[in-house]
Amino acid sequence: MQSQTYIYDGTFDGFLTAVFHVFEFKLKTVNIQNECVQQHGLFSENETITTDEKKANRVWVGLKKQLSVRGRFQLYYAFLSEKEGIENVLLDYIRYAFTKTNADKDFAHPSVLKVAQIAKMVGREKHRMEAFVRFKLTQDEIYFANIEPDFNVLPLIEKHFKRRYADQKWMIYDIKRHYGLFYNLDKVEIIEMQFPEHFDFTKTSTDIFAAQEFEFQTLWQDYFKATNIKSRKNMKLHIRHVPKRYWKYLSEKLPS
Amino acid sequence: MSFQRTQEKLKILADAAKYDVSCSSSGSKRANTNKGIGDATGMGICHSYTEDGRCVSLLKILLTNHCIFDCAYCVTRKSNDIKRAAFKVQEVVDLTINFYRRNYIEGLFLSSGIFKNADYTMERLVAVAKKLRTEENFNGYIHLKSIPGASDELMREAGLYADRLSVNIEIPTEQGLKQLAPDKKREDFIKPMVKVKNEIIQYKAEKKIIKSTPKYALGGQSTQMIIGASGENDFQIMQTSNHFYKNYNLKRVYYSGYVPISYDDRLPKIGSEVPMLRENRLYQTDWLMRFYGFDVSEILNEQHQHLDLDVDPKLSWALRNLHEFPIDVNTADKALLARVPGLGMKSVYKILNARRFRRLNWEHLKKIGVALNRAQYFMVCDSNQFERRDLTSEKIKGLILQNSTSKYRNSLSNQLNLFS
Ligand code: SF4
Repeated sequence: MQSQTYIYDGTFDGFLTAVFHVFEFKLKTVNIQNECVQQHGLFSENETITTDEKKANRVWVGLKKQLSVRGRFQLYYAFLSEKEGIENVLLDYIRYAFTKTNADKDFAHPSVLKVAQIAKMVGREKHRMEAFVRFKLTQDEIYFANIEPDFNVLPLIEKHFKRRYADQKWMIYDIKRHYGLFYNLDKVEIIEMQFPEHFDFTKTSTDIFAAQEFEFQTLWQDYFKATNIKSRKNMKLHIRHVPKRYWKYLSEKLPS
Repeated sequence: MSFQRTQEKLKILADAAKYDVSCSSSGSKRANTNKGIGDATGMGICHSYTEDGRCVSLLKILLTNHCIFDCAYCVTRKSNDIKRAAFKVQEVVDLTINFYRRNYIEGLFLSSGIFKNADYTMERLVAVAKKLRTEENFNGYIHLKSIPGASDELMREAGLYADRLSVNIEIPTEQGLKQLAPDKKREDFIKPMVKVKNEIIQYKAEKKIIKSTPKYALGGQSTQMIIGASGENDFQIMQTSNHFYKNYNLKRVYYSGYVPISYDDRLPKIGSEVPMLRENRLYQTDWLMRFYGFDVSEILNEQHQHLDLDVDPKLSWALRNLHEFPIDVNTADKALLARVPGLGMKSVYKILNARRFRRLNWEHLKKIGVALNRAQYFMVCDSNQFERRDLTSEKIKGLILQNSTSKYRNSLSNQLNLFS
């Protein structure tokens, strides 16, 4: 049997639109793919789905009746993992959710479990970014931080930073996904920026950053060293909490 | 702020504060108001971890390490020959704000040596908190140390600005305290604790009637005990802990393995190992007491005065009470499930939900995340494979230990050697 492949634009609304079509045409075997990672199946028929907010909303409203708030969060979190094939797991989850209320609590169902596990990983990454963002003050008074999260968590951390840093301009830039959030003391905007080629994000260049920035980084490094208890040293535990791949953005972990 | 001077002070006063293990920055409900800076409504974040694996969440410093007392277990004690320093109020404010703006910290944890007298010291701690709240519009987390012997008025004021207040009782028994800190009295610790407790009760009562009642220490009170400095056993420690939880409504009791810092012969020698495993077992007991429905006397009592080091306290309890098992995972209530070794509260929650959809078997339990290595001996499920042999406690313990790797294995064998 020929299977159908839906190609969507990578947005959550796009994905939900695809789901809408699956239900509308009562498709049994279907493969939903993000256009950026699209691989053509040899024997499949591809169809590009145009994102339609209304259709997406109808699916979402339907899910609201079936899933708890937590369940819907998990769905969205898992989506942001950008894991290969996640769309199909989510589709299976959604199908199951429309047959049973509170399906999100059925932790013994394979797709529910999988979504819960992936959502947990995404949640952990969100939490890590809330912890590991290190702002540096630029000469034009913007607190700037760059991140490179494993998953696309910028949309998830916006609220946290907005609530916390309401009286300073800040920017958090995802250098892997090439977009960022900028708070201008009024609201948060999504921005794209051009950085010079070979720009080293781990350095604090004097051309860009404020003079006092270096002092505070030094003080922070000193603090970090002073607060350690040598006789309790436990690097294994340390690395479990702060995996090495994050070190290059943490001023306290940089060689001084 | 002169950078060099501040830097020098920071090194000294952070170093002196690091033995206080409390790092919690959660439990407060202080929201950002009027577009100020900071917010302490959330769970509290560890922004980094020290190389010993402890959470770095607050800027934890002493206001000064000058002290008129001479407590044997403390680096700041009068007779210790160390560099002394003192921050100005404004310096602490500036450091806090600038660290906070860079997302290094959740807030400030300010303690102090006692200079001149209790009230003089407490006044300065309160001044820092007040400045942060009223001048800087800072809504991040503030934890102040209550200085033993401070007046009721100051403690009341402290609670208006701080999210949490704590007095460290440090030594679990009065006898130990007499020996190691002869110029300190239990009553002096208790007095500010009682005041804060009463203020919190009053705040909660008034809040129900008048919405605008000023906030008071929303994160509650905590205390800390040093473990292994003065010879108490686990039974005594947990009894003290239980007493403080019950009588002073404490949010947390922290246990801090003694880090040898002195050649005083009343104390463990410099170079002796920090009892980290024991500390961990005490925390586990504390959790069983607070979240798993255990009464402390079930775990530690006249007959069992020491926690096992080789297995966790829940398993140890279960092995002593095999007659309560096995339980049926598909029918047992929440309280019973919580008592099964290898089942954390998260697994309990998942089991309670998942079993509404189907009867659970081993495969399901494994996927849910149950530590079957331990749990299998204590439960039955929807499977006819379960432990049928009539195993003794020793046998079960042996089987479990054989199949587990403990992160404490090295320190375990060292610490066990100490006891043999
Ligand atoms: S009063 Fe506090 S700071 Fe002073 S020596 Fe005793 S424990 Fe240390």
